[in-house]
Amino acid sequence: MQLHLSPEDQAFRDEMRTFFTTKIPQAIRDDVAAHREVSKESYVEAQRILNAAGLAVPHWPAEWGGRDWTPLQRHIWREEMQLAAVPEPLAFNASMIGPVIAAFGNQEQKERFLPATANLDIWWCQGFSEPDAGSDLASLRTVAVRDGDDWVVNGQKTWTTLGQYADWIFCLVRTDPTAEKKQRGISMLVFPMDTPGVTLRPIELLDGGFEVNEVFFEDVRVPAENLIGEENRGWDYAKFLLGNERVGIARVGATKRMIADAKEHAARLSSGGRPLIEDPSMRTRIAELENELLALELTALRVVSNSSDGKPNPASSVLKLRGSELQQAATELLVDIAGPLSLASFADDDATDVPEWARSATPEYLNYRKVSIYGGSNEVQRTIIAGTILGL
Amino acid sequence: MDFTFDTEQQALREAVAGLLQRAYDPEKRRAVTKEDPGFDEKVWSQLAEMGVLGLPFAEEDGGMGAGHAEVALVATEVGRVLAPEPFVESVVLAGGLVADVGTAEQRAQLLGALSEGSSLVVFAHAEPGSRWTPTATGVTATRSGDGWTLSGTKEPVPSGARADVLVVSAAVEGGTGLFVVRGDATGLTRDGYRTHDGTRAARVTLDGTPAELLGEDAGDRTAAIELALARATVAYAHEAVGAMETALTTTSEYLKTRKQFGVPLSRFQALTFRAADMYVSLELVRSIALWATMVVDAPDSTPEQVLAAADRARLQTSKAGRHIGKEAIQLHGGIGVTAEYSVGHYTSRLTAIDHLLGDGAWAADRLARTVDAHPYVEALPA
Repeated sequence: MQLHLSPEDQAFRDEMRTFFTTKIPQAIRDDVAAHREVSKESYVEAQRILNAAGLAVPHWPAEWGGRDWTPLQRHIWREEMQLAAVPEPLAFNASMIGPVIAAFGNQEQKERFLPATANLDIWWCQGFSEPDAGSDLASLRTVAVRDGDDWVVNGQKTWTTLGQYADWIFCLVRTDPTAEKKQRGISMLVFPMDTPGVTLRPIELLDGGFEVNEVFFEDVRVPAENLIGEENRGWDYAKFLLGNERVGIARVGATKRMIADAKEHAARLSSGGRPLIEDPSMRTRIAELENELLALELTALRVVSNSSDGKPNPASSVLKLRGSELQQAATELLVDIAGPLSLASFADDDATDVPEWARSATPEYLNYRKVSIYGGSNEVQRTIIAGTILGL
Repeated sequence: MDFTFDTEQQALREAVAGLLQRAYDPEKRRAVTKEDPGFDEKVWSQLAEMGVLGLPFAEEDGGMGAGHAEVALVATEVGRVLAPEPFVESVVLAGGLVADVGTAEQRAQLLGALSEGSSLVVFAHAEPGSRWTPTATGVTATRSGDGWTLSGTKEPVPSGARADVLVVSAAVEGGTGLFVVRGDATGLTRDGYRTHDGTRAARVTLDGTPAELLGEDAGDRTAAIELALARATVAYAHEAVGAMETALTTTSEYLKTRKQFGVPLSRFQALTFRAADMYVSLELVRSIALWATMVVDAPDSTPEQVLAAADRARLQTSKAGRHIGKEAIQLHGGIGVTAEYSVGHYTSRLTAIDHLLGDGAWAADRLARTVDAHPYVEALPA
């Protein structure tokens, strides 16, 4: 039992903090902090700066740019990045397809894809969910049929985040419709988004933004060499990938930043003749939220220190479940602090006196309903906890 | 930062767990708590033999010189089987005050006897008419020759009737002082009673009762009381975590074995999801309890940091204890409300712990006072 960071970890944290707050352009960090839409160019610029310094894919195998960090150091890296409002390395690249190719791809695929994936020279998107396959992902119906040296893909994916920026897609497709278990007949294919037969339809969300898409495949020809790993083993790779997705999904640093912002805003707004931050019920609400967040952060630290073998810990479901709830609670706090100002949500800069944070509060709150749905909905997490941990 | 216990600490946990699990199953606990003093004197002696009653005290005072990490391990095992022995009340709270404030002679005498199990020391602090304050107003201390006398009422005092020695807080000029009162002192009346959680408490009436000043000076001891209450709060958080863990495992077992509509209850998602939420609450409070213990043990922690950590542990313990305690009963159904079945007793003890030294709302109110003094809460101090 030891409260303090070791001198090495302390130095590591200082190094990360200094790097993130001095090497990533302020304008990009301002966009993240203000919850503005971050442009593709900004994502790419930030990730390339990180990658050049060896900070984009530290959790990958060392030969592909990974670092030999402890789980605690990885936690500190992610936490400091979020606190500094640095756009995190694109999850589809750094946390999803990159580790899958590193673990299951052949040598040629590793050489072809991994350096470009780490550097965001290739922007990946995810082709998993379908209209009839959400939490029940294994029910997916997009099919790939072998035809000579190609796979021919037909079907539809949905909720493909930032697909409009993507160069390539990694896609779960059904390659053996006769398999006894539906999980057994699935494979993972990768192909460029400009392959003939691929079309993309953006989906507008409640916040007015377009971050997810439907993707349609009509006789899309994919060379056989673009199969990742073995045929009909795609479900294993998907589970491996989703396990990675849950690591760091608590997003404690990002929530801390939102609460800190909320306190600043509450200090500047007047309510009942005094600053809102002096209202006892507001103070208690913030104190309780901060305590819940501390408990979550400490739980994340416990989970990382117990999962040094790299396998996802079932307790990471707690992080996803509670992390999403607290992110949502922080967005709700910001809406409540904005109060009537929050109605000016879609006003242009030159047409309103309402500050930007108050205008973005409700769109963000509505958008953040997503966090308890993606990455395995919170109901899926409860199922995992009840089944895997409690044996129910 | 390191949340793990070393091998020596794990050996301590196993020894204490072995002793307490042999001593208590729900039946035995019911039998023991039916009779005064509400705990098993033999178990208390065995804990003393194991060194548990002297864990946090310096070796020159007759203790083991261990830290609060060790205290936390013991408290968790106490909570796991709802052992009714007053470990936190006596060793952590009353003993902690003597260790902090007492003279060398008082420490050697009082803590030596407490560690040996020959003298039960408790802190008589609560007063009817006030709640959760580190100060005393209902009992006043008056100088009398070389010594002092105390008058007034303390209640409820945990194990107050059984105690051999009472550490009593009392109003003195300029604040609150601490005094030692022997169980056989004149003018001391103790009316003991059973409490809902199976333990004992008492009304302690002092009427010109002779008392010995704890420590050298008759100064204000409010700060020392606050710190001792904070450490006891953190220990209670671990006792509560142990109790919550058993409440959850008992509930999970029940869901697997109890059949209704021809199937085990675990087939009903309405129930398993609630059990999953109990697990979430348990892991969150466990994390914060361990962290608070590390804050208490860190040599450079300031008293303010210890008090804040205790408030954070208290707030989370209160929320989790209520959540898990209530759900454990509800998921069992009617049997959970009976005294014959174990799980309701866990809820009862969790409710007692919640109200002994300050509940969640009380802690939240204290934390709210400093909410704008930091941008965010640092889990990992530099």
